[in-house]
Amino acid sequence: MGEPPKFFDEMRGQGDTPRAPYGSFYDWFGGEDLKRLKQKSAEAEQFFRRTGITFNVYGEAEADERLIPFDIVPRILSAAEWTKLSKGIEQRVRAINAFLYDIYHRQEILRAGRIPVELVANNDAFLPEMIGVTPPGGVYTHIVGTDLVRTGENQFYVLEDNARTPSGVSYMLENRETMLQMFPELFSRIKVQQVSNYPMRLRRSLAATAPRAASKKPVLAVLTPGIHNSAYFEHAFLADQMGAELIEGHDLRVVDGRIAMRTTRGYKAIDVIYRRVDDEFLDPLTFRPESLLGAPGVMDVYRAGGITIANAPGTGIADDKAIYSYMPDIVEFYTGEKAILENVPTWRCSEPESLAYVLDHLDELVVKEVHGSGGYGMLVGPAASKKEIATFRAKLSARPGNYIAQPTLALSTVPILTSKGLAPRHVDLRPFVLVSPDRIDITPGGLTRVALKQGSLVVNSSQGGGTKDTWVLEE
Amino acid sequence: MLGKTAGGLYWMFRFLERSENTARLIEAGFRIALTRPLSAEDEWASILDTIGVRSAYLDRRETIDAAGVVDFLLRDKNNPTSIMSAIQNARDNARLVRIALTREVWEATNECWITLSDALKRPVRDRDLPSVLSLIRHQSAQVRGALHGTMLRNDLYNFCRLGTFIERGDNTARILDVKYYVLLPSLAQIGSSLDNVQWETILRSVGGQRAYRFLHGGDVSPPGIAEFMILDGRMPRSLSFCTAKIADNLGYLEMDYGQRVQSHDQVGRMKGALVGTTIEQVFEYGLHEFLLDFLADMARLGASIEEDYRFIS
Repeated sequence: MGEPPKFFDEMRGQGDTPRAPYGSFYDWFGGEDLKRLKQKSAEAEQFFRRTGITFNVYGEAEADERLIPFDIVPRILSAAEWTKLSKGIEQRVRAINAFLYDIYHRQEILRAGRIPVELVANNDAFLPEMIGVTPPGGVYTHIVGTDLVRTGENQFYVLEDNARTPSGVSYMLENRETMLQMFPELFSRIKVQQVSNYPMRLRRSLAATAPRAASKKPVLAVLTPGIHNSAYFEHAFLADQMGAELIEGHDLRVVDGRIAMRTTRGYKAIDVIYRRVDDEFLDPLTFRPESLLGAPGVMDVYRAGGITIANAPGTGIADDKAIYSYMPDIVEFYTGEKAILENVPTWRCSEPESLAYVLDHLDELVVKEVHGSGGYGMLVGPAASKKEIATFRAKLSARPGNYIAQPTLALSTVPILTSKGLAPRHVDLRPFVLVSPDRIDITPGGLTRVALKQGSLVVNSSQGGGTKDTWVLEE
Repeated sequence: MLGKTAGGLYWMFRFLERSENTARLIEAGFRIALTRPLSAEDEWASILDTIGVRSAYLDRRETIDAAGVVDFLLRDKNNPTSIMSAIQNARDNARLVRIALTREVWEATNECWITLSDALKRPVRDRDLPSVLSLIRHQSAQVRGALHGTMLRNDLYNFCRLGTFIERGDNTARILDVKYYVLLPSLAQIGSSLDNVQWETILRSVGGQRAYRFLHGGDVSPPGIAEFMILDGRMPRSLSFCTAKIADNLGYLEMDYGQRVQSHDQVGRMKGALVGTTIEQVFEYGLHEFLLDFLADMARLGASIEEDYRFIS
């Protein structure tokens, strides 16, 4: 082999032989014809297009539906790796729910001085409307998508805790379906933990948080902003798979103190809303008055215990990028244990010393907006031009409190299939976590996003990223 | 089921039916243009009248000719009744009600949209028209096949069928009304023109020329055609057939929901009026008036269904 790779490659590790989890796959791949695999790859694309697994890109003139490119080389984790990860995730998600309960009730963590008060008080993601409200079953984050990155054999970091309305789970499921259809022989050779029961687990988990007013078999509905939303496919997919209705704001009305949907036979009460609209659009009577996406009056019904909203309004305070840097403290404060999963070292630009350091090292750091998402409005120092850095410096100096900075992580790579064979590309991982009153349930695997461009560290689908099937091997 | 979902299914199938009907009209026009070039221009104009878009067409184009009309009806995005617009609308509605459709129906609809978007990206040349029209027929047959083969026979299916037959009944009545004068008995000389171009177009517009011959042999006559298309319960595009199907599907909904609503009474009256009627009585009443009544009844019925089943709030 040539030069040793700078990055940790999950298939090859450091040596010439594949790492253990990839052994069987590597043998299989060695016996395959590259042309056949390319052919299969094209078939997969056809399959996605026919099924309509597409997303819309915001800000593009032609609001086209686009496919997220799918790479056929799976990302593979051993059972032992997964066990460790899932323990860390469970601990973190437990802490997040305890934090949310606390922050909307007695605020012990602020009293104890573990988090600056103004970080919560002045934060748009903190909803005063939720103060003193306990969600049905005590669950705040019914669904969490914890973003993880890896930099070495045993080194994982949590990049983000997506505690609002994490998306991407439909890709986790469809990627597996596609692999099963294309390469059944692989799955008889390699034992992979299944993901396909996620929708049923989601249903069970949501139903377990139904309010007291609910009927015996709770009525579930997925609230979507509509067919033009970038994740509409996923909303429809999940509603379909769970056997729930797919509703929009204009299907809803308050009837006898419950939120009810307009059916062909009249209005019917809903017990649990899995909402895929943001807090601020949820209820025009409480939040943005011009919003057409939500249900007028839903917050009053919610506060009176007439409906479950998943995730609960106001969970954004837990995955806010400014709060993120305090997560190790939060985990310790509520669980009494040290965090199993590490945070990425983070400079809070609101602090003068940190800001000075960040301004001096812009070419090495990744700088993110505190409230941004989807890879928009961020600076990747090592990849940026001098001009881009200068522009960003001005923005950062003007509103330092709006930014955090992190070192550019040496993200691990997993090979993708290119016309010349396997080639390493950077990846991250979003496992999906379900929280119900009595348990936390993590589907083995998750969504692996991959930066398809050589050398690129940005895995977001809106920025040229693709996805891979993620395998967790049976013991 | 959500009212919105019922509405989405209903409109999805109305639009699919509309695209098929338009394809059939283009096919009939094209056939006439090839076999009887002298009548072609009138024929294209009357096709525009049938769909009710003559003035919309003339807003955008100077002359009525084959290339212009075919392009306008096939792929003009500014024409809300063009095949491409109808397919787009059908697919938008299908996306809206995706969870009410089986995977097969959704995929067939999506594939129909992908395939036709591609085939209709550029103007279709004369020599490619037959294959494009057959592609359209083929694609919508896939959707229909998936519907019949995979959907549960419940209220979802009933709303799909209601959309289909409201649109189809309306379409057949329009075809007849645009040419009602050639079907009047006063113009029919016994045994005169077996080769009447107008009669042929009418039959072709509903894809009924072979079925008619099968039933009536060589006996092609205006009252025969009128009876075939209005009253013949065996002909799947006749007014009687469409009305009976609408009544059936509303009847299933009544049983299923245990609710009787205004549209049930309306369709009952329409069906009753057709059952007891002979073609002679239709002519006596006035074919044109009869058809206008039917079109108005059909429009009212559609509106009542939307209201009865809460398609919109």
